[in-house]
Formats: sequence, C-alpha cells, structure tokens
Amino acid sequence: MHPLLTVSALTMDFGGIRALDHLDLRIHPGEIAALIGPNGAGKTTFFNCLTGIYAPTSGDLLLTPPDQPPRRLNGLKPNRITEQGLARTFQNIRLFHNMTVLENVMIGRHCRTRAKILGAIFRTPATIREEKAIVGMSLALLERIGLADQANEFAKNLPYGAQRRLEIARALATEPLLLLLDEPAAGMNPQETLELDELITSMKNDGLAILLIEHDMKLVMSLSDHIFVMDYGRKIAEGTPEQVRHNPAVIKAYLGEETDHA
Amino acid sequence: MDYFIELVFSGLTRGSIYALIALGYTMVYGIIGLINFAHGEIYMIGAFTALIASTVLNILGLPLYAVLILTALAAAVWAAAYGYTVERLAYRPLRNAPRLSPLISAIGMSIFLQNYVMLAQTSDFQPFPALIPEFAFLEPFAAVVGSTDLTILAVSALLLLLLTLLIKYTRTGKAMRATAQDQKMALLLGVNVDRVISITFVVGSALAAVGGLLIASHIGQINFSIGFIAGIKAFTAAVLGGIGSIPGAVLGSFVLGLTEAFATGYVSSDYEDVFAFSLLVLILIFRPAGLLGKAAVEKV
Amino acid sequence: MLTVKDCRQALILGLWFMFLTFPILVIKVNPVEKTVVWRWPNMLWVGGVSACVYLLSRVFLARRAARQERIRLGLEKESKGLNLAVFRQPKVCLPLLGGVALFFLAFPALFSTYQLNIMITALMYVVLGLGLNIVVGVAGLLDLGYVAFYAVGAYSYALLHLHFGIGFWTALPIGGLLGALFGLLLGFPVLRLRGDYLAIVTLGFGEIIRLVLENWGEFSQGPSGISNIARPGFFGLEMSLDGSITYLYYLMIGMVLFTIFVVNRLQDSRIGRAWYALREDDIACQAMGVDKTRTKLAAFALGAAWAGMAGVFFAAKTTYVNPASFTFLESAIILCIVVLGGMGSIVGVIVGTLVLILLPEYLRALADYRMLAFGAVLVVMMVFRPQGIVSTVRRTYTLHR
Repeated sequence: MHPLLTVSALTMDFGGIRALDHLDLRIHPGEIAALIGPNGAGKTTFFNCLTGIYAPTSGDLLLTPPDQPPRRLNGLKPNRITEQGLARTFQNIRLFHNMTVLENVMIGRHCRTRAKILGAIFRTPATIREEKAIVGMSLALLERIGLADQANEFAKNLPYGAQRRLEIARALATEPLLLLLDEPAAGMNPQETLELDELITSMKNDGLAILLIEHDMKLVMSLSDHIFVMDYGRKIAEGTPEQVRHNPAVIKAYLGEETDHA
Repeated sequence: MDYFIELVFSGLTRGSIYALIALGYTMVYGIIGLINFAHGEIYMIGAFTALIASTVLNILGLPLYAVLILTALAAAVWAAAYGYTVERLAYRPLRNAPRLSPLISAIGMSIFLQNYVMLAQTSDFQPFPALIPEFAFLEPFAAVVGSTDLTILAVSALLLLLLTLLIKYTRTGKAMRATAQDQKMALLLGVNVDRVISITFVVGSALAAVGGLLIASHIGQINFSIGFIAGIKAFTAAVLGGIGSIPGAVLGSFVLGLTEAFATGYVSSDYEDVFAFSLLVLILIFRPAGLLGKAAVEKV
Repeated sequence: MLTVKDCRQALILGLWFMFLTFPILVIKVNPVEKTVVWRWPNMLWVGGVSACVYLLSRVFLARRAARQERIRLGLEKESKGLNLAVFRQPKVCLPLLGGVALFFLAFPALFSTYQLNIMITALMYVVLGLGLNIVVGVAGLLDLGYVAFYAVGAYSYALLHLHFGIGFWTALPIGGLLGALFGLLLGFPVLRLRGDYLAIVTLGFGEIIRLVLENWGEFSQGPSGISNIARPGFFGLEMSLDGSITYLYYLMIGMVLFTIFVVNRLQDSRIGRAWYALREDDIACQAMGVDKTRTKLAAFALGAAWAGMAGVFFAAKTTYVNPASFTFLESAIILCIVVLGGMGSIVGVIVGTLVLILLPEYLRALADYRMLAFGAVLVVMMVFRPQGIVSTVRRTYTLHR
C-alpha cells in the first residue's frame, strides 16, 4: 500500500538554528501514528511546516490520496493544504472564542462549500441548500463529540476538555485524509483523557489516518500503530510501541534530558 | 555647490528632528508593540509648552540663555508628564486586550489632545519667538547653514548620545532591554515592568518635546495640528529604519530627512507630504522589517 | 463603598491633573504683544472634575467587580451587551418597527428642510458606518483610510458629471464599482500585513488620495473643488429645491434599508462566518481552509464599494465636493461610530450615529467639544466597554434531530 504522507529530508532553519534536520517519515492510510520527543525536539515546528504555517527550508512533503497521484504540499498556503486533506488542532487551543460552538464547526466546512457574496445576498436556492447541508453535517459532528446540546453557546464558555474536542470536530469538518493532533490530551483530567481515547479510536475505525503529538505515554502506547521519536530536530527512532519502548536511543533521550515524561 | 550643501544641512536638520520624535515611536514599539499614535501630539504639546514658557520668561526679563534652558526644561517636563499620563490612562488598562484595542485608544488620545490644545489655546497659527541666538562665528557661512540648524544638530547628537548611554550602561536601560526581549520573563526576574514602560514613555516624550521646541524655533510658528504630520513622518522614519531598533530610527530619520530635502529642493515641494506617505506605504508593503529590523516569526 | 485611600488617591489625581494642564489650560500668551492671560478658574475645574471622575470610576469598577464575582459564583448570568431579546419578540418588535418606519416616512412632512438636511447627513453616516463595520467590525481589519473610498465615489460623480454630464443614477453604480476597484488595488498588496501596519498603510493611502486631489489641479480642480453637481433626477421631472431634498431623503432611506438588508444577509452566510473567524484568530482560520487573502479582500472591497456609493450620495447632496471634506478626521469619525455602537452590530452602528452625529447637531453648546468627545469616546470605549453599546449577537440555530 502507498503511504498517505511521505516526508523526506525535511529541514527547517530559523536564522542559524536548525529546528528540523532531514526528517523522514511515512504515514499509511488508516493508521494512528504518534510523534514523541522531549520538549523543544521540533514536533510542533514539524506540524507547522506540514500545515503550511512555516515554509520549510528544504525537503519534500508528499500527500498521496487513495487512487490518486501524489501531490507536493510544500510551498502551499495553509488553506490549500487543508483543501488537499490535512487538518490540525493546536497545542494551545485556538478556537473562535466569540462564535458559537456550532459556528466553529461550520467554519471547517468553508473549504468544501462554494457560496459567494452574491449568492448570500440574494439567497439563491443553491445557497440555501448548501447552508442546510453545512448546519446538518456540523450538528452531526457535534453529536459525535457530545456537544450538540451546547451548539449555541459561545466556544469560550465551554469547559477545557470540551474545547479540545471541539477543535477536533472543527478539523473533522474539513473532511481530512490525515488528522494532525497537537497534544490533544494536554491539561485534561483522567475522565476527559478517557473520552478522548474513545474518540480517537472511533475516528480510526472510520478509516481516518491520525498523527498525534502527545506527552501522555499511556495514551500514546495504547493508541498508536507506529511511533516516531524526535530529539534536537532529528528522528532518532521509529517503530511499534513495543520496539520504541526498548530502544536505547529513546531511553537515553528521555532519561538523559528529563525524566518526568514516562 | 552651495545649494547642494545647503540642502544637505537642511536634510540633516530635518533628519535630526525626525530622529528625536522617531525614538519615542521606536522605543514604545520595541517594548509594548504599540504604535503610539498620540506621540505626535506629545511633540505638539511640547512645542506649545515651550511657546508659553518662553513668552512668560521673556516678559519676566530673564537673559536669553536662561530662557532657552528653562523653556527646554519646561517643555521636556510637561511633555513627559503627558506621555506618562496617556500611558496610564489609555494604554495600561489595555495591556492584555486584543492588539487593535490600544491602537484605537491611541488614535482617540491623539484626537483628544489635538482638540484639547485647540480649545484651550487657539486654532490659529501662533508665531514662535526665535530662541536660539545667532552665532557670530557662523556669519561667513550664513548662505549654507544657520545657527538654528547647527544647534538642532548639536542638541540632537547630544541627546542621542545620552540615550545610548542610558540604554547601554544603566540598570534602567538593562531593564528596558530585558522587557523588550520578553515582558513575562522580565517580570518573573523581578523587573518592574510597569515602571520600565512608564520610563520609556517619559524619556520618549521628553525627547519629542525638545524636538518640538527646536523645530518650532526653526520654522517660527506652531498650531495644534503640527503633531499629526510630524508624527506620521517620524513614524515613517522609524519604520524605514526598522521599528523597535534605536539605531534604525536614527538612520531612517536621516535617510528620510535627506531624501525629502533633495526631493523638495530639486523636484517640487507641492508633493512633499505625498512623498512621505508614499514612502511609508511602500516600505510597509515591501520591507515591513525596515533597513535594520528583523522579520518576526509568529509563534503558533 | 469609598475608602479613605480612594479619597486620598482622588486628591493626588486632582493635583496631578492641575499640574499637568497648568501651562496649556491656565496660561494663554500672545507672543507678539508679549501679554499673558492667567485663567486660574480652569485649574480648579480640572482638579475638581478629575477627582470626581476618579471617585465615580472607583464606584463603577467596584460594582462591576462585585458583579463579575457573582457571575463567577453562578449567582447571576452574564449579560451580553444591551439586552435586545425583548425587541426580538414579535409583540414588541412589530409595533416598534412600524412606529420607526412611520416616523421616518413622515419626517419630511413634519420637519423643516434644515432638519431634513441634518437627517440626510445622519443617514449618510449610517451607510458609511455600516460599510466600515464590514471591514473593521466584522472582518477585524482596522481601516483608517476609509474616507479615501468615500472621496473616490464623490469625485467620480463630480468628474463624470462635469465632463460627460452623467447623471446620479448612472454614477451611483460606477462610484460603487470604482470604490471597490480602489479597495482591491490597495487591498491586494497590503492585506497580508499585520493589523497595526494595515491601519497605518490605509491611513497613508487616505492622505495620499486627499493630497493628490488637492495638488493635481488639472484633474480635480484642486482645493477649490467642483461645484454645480446635479441632484438626483426622477425620470427627468423638474423639482423645486425643497422637493429634490425630500426626494434625496427618501433615496437615502432606501439606501440605508438596502445596506442593512445586504449586511444582514452577509453576516450569517458562509463568507460572513469566515470574516468573523478571521477577526477571532486568523491562523486558526487559515488552518481550517479559509483563504485569508481572498476573504479579507472581499470584505475590504465590499466596504470600499459602500463608501463609494455613499460618496456619490454626498456629492449629490452638497452639489459640491472639495478635498477638505475627506480628511483623516472624517475616517476617525466613522470609526468612532462603529466603535461606540458596537463592532459588528447593525443596530449598534445606527445607535452610534444617532449619538455622535445627531446629538452634537441639536446640542449646539456641545458642538465645539465634538471632536474632543470623539477622541474621548474612542479611549473610554476601548478601556471600559470594547464590545460597544450594542454587542454582536451571533445567530443561533434550532436543533432538529
């Protein structure tokens, strides 16, 4: 099977600092991959390169949708990358706080819908139909993450764990091929983490490929099919959870720098 | 050739005045990331305070040098007081607000101060007395450079030197640099950030006031609206050099002053202000980091 | 409620402001005749007023803090700006709307031409405010050169009429289109800039347009402006002066209604949502697949188109345009309307216009202090009530499962 995402020799420099150093990785359709590593290893920088927020210095990002030729992602603007089928959440929640929960999800439908200014002013039948479809699908997503009852609340009024789930629903609304989650469990209590675990598993069962950055090792080990370990901008190991757990380089990276992540 | 040298001096004079104002913009931007739209008005208030102080002191019959020094002091003190008050009232409560809120507040302050001076004083142009004495040793060169020009250059150079020393070698200067780098971190390390910000406004305002005094005695008249255009030009200079950078502001000011002097001297003075505005628009579009600034990477 | 400490603070503050305003407010010099007027009463006024304002603000802030504490504890619900829910019930809403409609329809019959002219001006500001509201309030792009597009509209009618004798009705869409075109031309390079730089660039652009109109005499007749512009015609019917003003008034009403209709429909559409989201967080918005540049450009151009059309109306109303009508202060007034009323809110813009344009017209004593108040309004609103008098209400959707 073709990999869904192929990253080859991805390098990112900030001035004189090399944040990513010839990173290679592959993610296959329907798999849950995790990216781990000590703080400052370059994980979020990698996400930002992947989603077009930073332009990588060199290297290649290829996305191969099922039964289609591969497409290069580097150099595209973030919204174009989302259109190609990558969607993300943010490490520090970036919801639209003064919009309703439902509207947050509806924004995710933006790139899959067409209505223009004139259509909106004259409320053409096509626009009305499209709006109905947007609301319908967004509500369905809210049901799925258990927030349908709060649909008309402002996003800022949601509890923390719900905000994290809402970010996932918003990303799902863009119909991604690959979902990128940046520390989805950060700051969650055990109950919320459990719900997140269930949500991720159910998305995997729908055939969605997921790449997550996470520090909660229990969650990573139980969910992931494949783990990449980064340190100082380089990939130092990869493999199944079992392989990574016993890899000496990984143990050294973690125990050598900080011990509180196990 | 004389004309050329005259234009060079005129450009340098303009440049040093712009620099005195631009420093206030650049220091404030460097520390709290705000375009202090009311800064031009502080400069205007400095000029008005100077007008009032010098007239009163003249009537009291003080010698010219005493008038000059006391006037400069009064202008600097009151402008600094205004700068401090504006920051406390209009910017400090908005420290954590969305980025555009303090800017809108600053625009409000600018309009308020302009109209305050207009209502309290007058909307007409007021003649400004010639405070700077004629130097006898300059007489042979009167065609190319006047005493006022030379005084402006000397005073600006002195103030720039003092500012550099302040920032480089004093505790306050160190605290300012630390706050500009990382406000939160500076706070954690025991820097009184509020105080540092206040000092920045006070210093920037005092410099602008001296600029106001100098340019007013150079041009010979002032009114309540001079702050707007001078503010925009100084801001252009700050952006040209790279906003947030002090050497940048000085460099930008001289570049702007000289180009303006040559453009009006050799081409036409009708479009003098259009020229400054166009320069501003073009720099912001094509090189928003300016000549000496670094492009910032936004953290996600 | 007020402690001794508060009173001491008030005293210090009063003294500080007496010191601060001493040269400007107390001394007035005549440098030519070398005379000085001392206005000591001003000093007492300043001291007293600033101390009182301080004490009042202490009371206000203390009450607000107490309220927020109660909200936090769940004893009280957070109010969302002015409570407009009452007005949305049909029983209240319909008679109210009917009354307002009747008032505006009967206005020319009830009031003098002088009043009518003031009302037309106010309606013009409503249109300008709603147009700028799309750009600043909805899309969050601080445009300080909005008046440039207003000038483009006004001058396009003036020049088209002068050179080609083109009438109001042809000029109206042309003015709108030219406004939008200028919006696109300016917006394309500058909309990728950060918010505060965008504000300054638009300010610069506004001033450039005005200075060009002032200096390029062959094109625009310079500072003296263009006069004898025709009022709107009605199928070639001859109208008296009063008649044509009444007619313009109804046209203005129509324009306001049309604007409200368009803005209202756009607000809750796909593009309107994208504007709000961009205002909230442009990085997240882009990451969700919204094309930042195109979306911003649409808002910018639409706002500019409305300013262009308002400009055509302005030229038709005054029958005379000159560059002095299009200064930065005009942009600031329109911004003030949007900020006071409530960014993103249609009702807010109307309320803002009533307060800022009509109030000073009728309270002549205040007219001198108009711009002073505008400046103060911008600061006070940002510090105490950034959401404006009427805050935005997001559309709610009924959930049917």
